[in-house]
Formats: sequence, structure tokens, C-alpha cells
Amino acid sequence: MSVLVNKNTKVVVQGLTGKEGSFHAKQCLDYGTQIVAGVTPGKGGLIWKDDEGKYEVPVFNTVEEAVKETGADASLIFVPPAFAADAIMEAADAGIKLIVCITEGIPVNDMVKVKRALEGTGVRYIGPNCPGIITPEECKMGIMPGHIFKKGRVGIVSRSGTLTYEAAYQLTMRGIGQSTVIGIGGDPVPGTTHREAVEMFNNDPDTDAIVLIGEIGGTMEEEAAEYIKENVDKPVVAYIAGVTAPPGRRMGHAGAIISGGKGDAKSKMEALRAAGAYVCNTPAEIGEMMEKALKERGLL
Amino acid sequence: MKIHEYQAKEIFKKYGLPVPRGIVAHDAKEAECAAKELGTPVVVVKAQVHAGGRGKAGGVKLAKSPEEAGKIAAEMIGSRLKTYQNPEGLPINCVLIEEGVNIDKEFYVGLTLDREVSRPVFMVSAAGGMEIEEIAKTNPELIIKEHVDPAIGLLPYQARKIAYKIGLTDRKLVSQFTKILMTLSKMYFDLDASLIEINPLVKTKEDNFICLDAKIDFDDNALYRHPDIQELEDTTQIDPLELEAKKWDLNYVRLDGNIGCMVNGAGLAMATMDTIKFYGGEPANFLDVGGTATVERVAAAFRLLLSDPKVKAIFVNIFGGIVRCDRIAGGIIEAAKQVELDRPLIVRLEGTNVELGRKMLEESGLNIIPAKDMADGAQKAVKAAKGEL
Repeated sequence: MSVLVNKNTKVVVQGLTGKEGSFHAKQCLDYGTQIVAGVTPGKGGLIWKDDEGKYEVPVFNTVEEAVKETGADASLIFVPPAFAADAIMEAADAGIKLIVCITEGIPVNDMVKVKRALEGTGVRYIGPNCPGIITPEECKMGIMPGHIFKKGRVGIVSRSGTLTYEAAYQLTMRGIGQSTVIGIGGDPVPGTTHREAVEMFNNDPDTDAIVLIGEIGGTMEEEAAEYIKENVDKPVVAYIAGVTAPPGRRMGHAGAIISGGKGDAKSKMEALRAAGAYVCNTPAEIGEMMEKALKERGLL
Repeated sequence: MKIHEYQAKEIFKKYGLPVPRGIVAHDAKEAECAAKELGTPVVVVKAQVHAGGRGKAGGVKLAKSPEEAGKIAAEMIGSRLKTYQNPEGLPINCVLIEEGVNIDKEFYVGLTLDREVSRPVFMVSAAGGMEIEEIAKTNPELIIKEHVDPAIGLLPYQARKIAYKIGLTDRKLVSQFTKILMTLSKMYFDLDASLIEINPLVKTKEDNFICLDAKIDFDDNALYRHPDIQELEDTTQIDPLELEAKKWDLNYVRLDGNIGCMVNGAGLAMATMDTIKFYGGEPANFLDVGGTATVERVAAAFRLLLSDPKVKAIFVNIFGGIVRCDRIAGGIIEAAKQVELDRPLIVRLEGTNVELGRKMLEESGLNIIPAKDMADGAQKAVKAAKGEL
């Protein structure tokens, strides 16, 4: 088992006919993801084919039509930043309960409004500015390289794409598989937080342990630490990037900034340590630390 | 994106917010004329730089005559203002000459995103004039907070609540204050600001509010829908290397150390800096070359790193995912040939087709020091920067 997605997930890709959408949809299909529909306004009725002619996917003008015709229950979004908030809202309005938005560079106020609008609706959205989510060997909804993941019982949640790959690759190389890997993205207003992802993994009977990768900016990691302290007995291995980042400077990700005296790496590490997590000094230790943690608990 | 105080005050004026009369001057003569035109017994000469803490750094001075205003302006313009936020200093190209104001009381007003609740938050304090970070540290109870619902904006009762909490009682003042906060809330959403700050908002002895300072930062992601604001950017206030990086769409932040870093992905780039530090070195920069790491981008990134004389060694740390390591290795080799590397280059490659990529680097004939993992690479970079490798 896993969280959020599995082999039965039926995906609609918003922005399927664009360059990014086409490229990554093919990679997802190659991985075995069921992509049942695409949406591009103005291209409804078209049949999308990948560059090798291996796959055919019907394209619709609206998500509503796509859901009605194909029974899609999750959406993967590749539309440009100016249209991304609209795309998320369209998917939610069409009854989609799981939305993954890859798009980077969406105005912050757009996401503030989306978050407000989706409060209490039961819609789970992930991202934006994220690599997506993957349940290894079942469903890849995102842009991550599928073959570095391996089916197993460790959940990963991360704000960074490449650090997610680092962590997953290290685990895979040690023969430790993953239940589901969630990239929550590097923006200041994410749809899903560290705490929410940790809670999902904690409640998933098929996840034994959790890797939490955070970075400077905001207080998501501290909130997750609070939750872990109260509720989580599964081992948590954590790494926080940005110990050397100077305050007031944005480090690539829109959300990676220490401001107003909040969001430095040290206080996040301390909060996680106090919550009982194994905290790594460098990302190179993640695999080793997880192996140690699993052995200590007799899980490996 | 940041703008100057005088530009922020122009925007304030358009929205009907009260600001002192002021004139921008680019040299002593203009400053003198401006002071004459304002005609108040005292004028304030304010250095226009993108940094906080100007007052303490000597960037805000009183002048009791137009001649004095000219003299102060002459000293400021052409110099660099060093503040605690920016120890290297920023160039002063112009000053704002403003009428003096009879200050009775100073307040702090700020509006920015509260990431904990994903909504904008007003922060107001009767301890004006001070840095908000300072108040937050020493007297957090002095900061009144009120969140703005993005669906409906700030409501008048919220502004009144703040007004009474900071001790305003006079009906006219409460009403003026409410209007200012309502306007700021509208402005924040209209302009896609990421921060609006008035420090201080002044109550004058004549019982009026006036925005003595004004700061607006904008959300870079939203600039595409505000071309008029984009035009306000002053590139003289940006580090020249960071400006050059922007042209190539590279995410670059200059730091103080001597190990240049080139990494794909923001998280891994930060982690690389941390790992260097962990092994006793100092990173010279943050640099994310992005997921694709093409020859052109890698070459541009190399040129950027090499143009910093402090850089003694370069550490390239790439995780090849969908873009395979052999292609990345090809890009690094091609780029390294183009730029004539004169400093040690340590490369750590990991991911898809890594064996092939490593072999290519080895056989390239270039003086590349291979690293077997991130920790190994960081340690080698630290040694190389000390001249021990």
C-alpha cells in the first residue's frame, strides 16, 4: 500500500499538449502510470500521441469533460505560471480530489487565494514548484526519474526535487524501498505541508519510517516536529538544507529565505531533534542514517 | 524586486496616502534648489539605496538651510552606504529631499505574507522607528497582528481593532489610521507586493498621520502583470555578478567564501554549501544551474564563478535524473574547454548512466578531480581551496 496514489489512480494531465506536458506525460506512461486524459483549452477532440507513437490519449477542452468521459480522479498540471491557479481551481471544481501542480513561478497571491478557496473542500493539492509524487512501481505523477525509486516501506517528504532524488537513490542503493515519495515544493504557500505529509505516512500501515527533507524559510518543519513529538513512533530521519544561507537572501526556491528572524536551519534541526528525529548533518548521511534507524527498530 | 523610497512614495501618493512633500536630487545643486522650493526651516536629506537601517548608517540627515542640504547631498551622492544589512555598501546615486515634519509619535506598520497561515498579516506597533526584528525579539507583545482574508481583503473593524490596541482614541485619528490600513491592503493585492512597510508612520503635532518612510517589495513571480513596476528596477543596487547570472537565467547568490559551487537544483545547491562548510570550507556562492545543465548554461556558470577572484576551487555537484550523467559530463567537458579553467575543478556526478559519465570525464584530458560522492567532493574542494590538493 501507499498514500495518495497507486496503480489504480487515473490521471488527467492539464497542459498535456505543451512541450513539458508531452515530455513528462510520456515518461509517466513509460513508468506505468494510467494517464487517461489531457486538457488543453481549444484542443478538445484531438488525440495526443507521444513522439514515438506508443501512446494515445484523448484531449478535452475542460477538466469537467475529461472527468465525465474518462473517470479521471487525479490531475497533473504543467500549464504556465500565469494560468496555473486557474488550472488548479478548474480541477477542484470538476471534482478531482488529488491535484499535483509542477509549475514553477506562480505569483504568491494567486496561491494565497487558491489555498483560501480550497480550505475545507477536501481537495488535496501538492506543489506548486515541485517534482510531484510517486508510489514506486505503481504510479508516477511528476517529473522525477522513475528508475531511482524502489518499492518498499519508507515514506519521503521533501521541499526540494534534487534532494529527494539524492535521498531516494541512497535508500534504493542500500536496498531500502519507498512506499510513497511526496515532493511538496519550494514555494512559500504550498498546498500540502510537511506536517500533513508526515501525518499521512504515520497513518499508513505500510509505511515503516519517514524521511523528512526541509530547508530554510517558513516554519513548516517546526510544525512537523511538533506533530512528530506528539504522534509519531515511526523513525524519522531528517535533513535541513541551508545552514550556510545568509538571512534575507532567497536561495533559488521562492520559499527558501530567512526573513523576520524566522526560518533558519538550526532552529528547524533543533526542533526535529527535540521531537526524536535522527537529524543528518549532510544529505550524504540520509541513507546510512535510515539503515541504522531501521535496524535499531528491528525493521530491517 | 525592491524599489527606492521615493518610488514607493510616488505609488503611495497615487493611492492617496499622506506622504511628506519631497523632491529627488541627483547632485548638490539640485538638492539645494529642492530645499529652497520646499521652503521649510528644516529639510531631510535621505540617501536612496535598497537597504534598511539607513538612519543608523548615516544615510538620513537634517539640513537647516538649502546650502547645508546641498553640502550633505554632495557628500552622499557618489559614495556607498554601508549598513548592517549590507556591509559592502550600496552606491548612492540620488537623494530624496523632504520637508521636515513635526513628529509627536512614531508607529511601525508592516504588511507581508504570514507563511504559517498562508495569508497576509498586518503587523503594527506603537514602538515605531525601531527595526521590527528588534521589537519581535525583545518585546513581541508590542506587535499587534491582524490577518487579512484574501477573499475579502482587510475589513474596517480589523483596522479599528488595531487602532484602539495601539492606544489611539481620537475619532479623527482612528478614522485616518483605518483609511491608511485599508489602502495598504488594497495596494498589497493590486500590485502583488510581498512587503509593504511604513517605518515610521508618524502622528504629527498637528494631529495628522503621515508616512515618513515607505518601502514596497514586489513578488518577482508576478512582475509579468505589472510592466510599469518592472520599469522601476534600479540595477545599480544589485551585485554585478548576480545581475550577470540573471541574464543567463541562473539562480546565483554571492557569498564570502572561496569555493565556487555549481549544482543542479536549489535544495541540492544549499546542501552543497552546507557540506563544504561542514568539512571546514567556505562556499563562495549559491548557484543552481537548473535541471537541464546544457553546455551554454554550464559555460556561463563557469565564467561567472571564474570572474570572482576570491574563488580558489570549483565544486560541481550534479545529480543526473532524467538528464543522464553522460550528457551532463559532455556539457561540463565542452564548457570547461570553452572557458579555459585555471583553477582546480572537482566534479561529483551521480544518477543515471553515472559510470559512462565518469569515464568521459576521466578520458577528457582535462584536469578534473573526480569525487565518488558528495562528502568526498566537498572534502576535496576544501583541500584544493587551501592549495593542499
